[in-house]
Amino acid sequence: MIHLTRRYRFSASHRLHSPHLTVEQNRETFGKCDNPHGHGHNYKLEVTVAGAVDPKLGRVADLSELDRVVHAAAISALDHRNLNAELEEFSGEMVPTTENLAAVIRQRLLVNWPSSLPRLHRLRIFETRNNIFEIEEKI
Amino acid sequence: MRITRKVEFSASHVCAHPGLSPEENLRTYGPGANPHGHGHNYVLEVVLDGEPDPVTGMIVDLKDVKTILNRKVVEPFDHRHLNREVPPFDRVVPTVENVAVEIWNRLAPEFEGTAARLALVRLFETEDLYVEYAGAAN
Repeated sequence: MIHLTRRYRFSASHRLHSPHLTVEQNRETFGKCDNPHGHGHNYKLEVTVAGAVDPKLGRVADLSELDRVVHAAAISALDHRNLNAELEEFSGEMVPTTENLAAVIRQRLLVNWPSSLPRLHRLRIFETRNNIFEIEEKI
Repeated sequence: MRITRKVEFSASHVCAHPGLSPEENLRTYGPGANPHGHGHNYVLEVVLDGEPDPVTGMIVDLKDVKTILNRKVVEPFDHRHLNREVPPFDRVVPTVENVAVEIWNRLAPEFEGTAARLALVRLFETEDLYVEYAGAAN
């Protein structure tokens, strides 16, 4: 068993604001992230797969296939987008925190995950260099 | 407790399987199959597991770790062509997966019977691609 991690980048804007909170509560809860004009990040997304190394090819996954899946399922919908305005999952009540974004990306990947790839093991999103969010799959 | 030591080495390789045609290799490994080879600055993180010694406060003497990493990995791998100069990559495709497994196999015996156990090797081929291997048992 080996874990292989590939890192992707996307730039997006968001505003953290809940319709269930008052103006003051939103300001108190989300601070400057509640700025009505939004703000943006250069996100990094790490996708980790887990599997056995193919004895002939010496690899655990076809990287071009992994890239294709991650781009089609996630990056193309996220890069240079406004998460609140352009992502269906955030059109309702869900706040585009990076916790919620991680769950959205996980769901998009799992729905589109081909059997040709080893299983998804972990997602890690860097919102900034210092804010990092992880979801690990339970076996 | 775990402690991680990082070392770097630069090496060239060709990712192609002799049993595949040039077209199949190109399809499988992409530009990595270029027969002239290409290179990377590999970054290796070696994770050791143990308890700090009550007297020294150290899990392991890092000088010893450095010596082992230099002798078993950096000296044989750095500024080498992996396929041509570092067995078993004359017959095993030097993908980042296989290089990590080989590094584990070289390092694990060095820590047997010592206070620190080899827990994980994490090998970065580029900043955006790495593998983690914790031995065949894991």
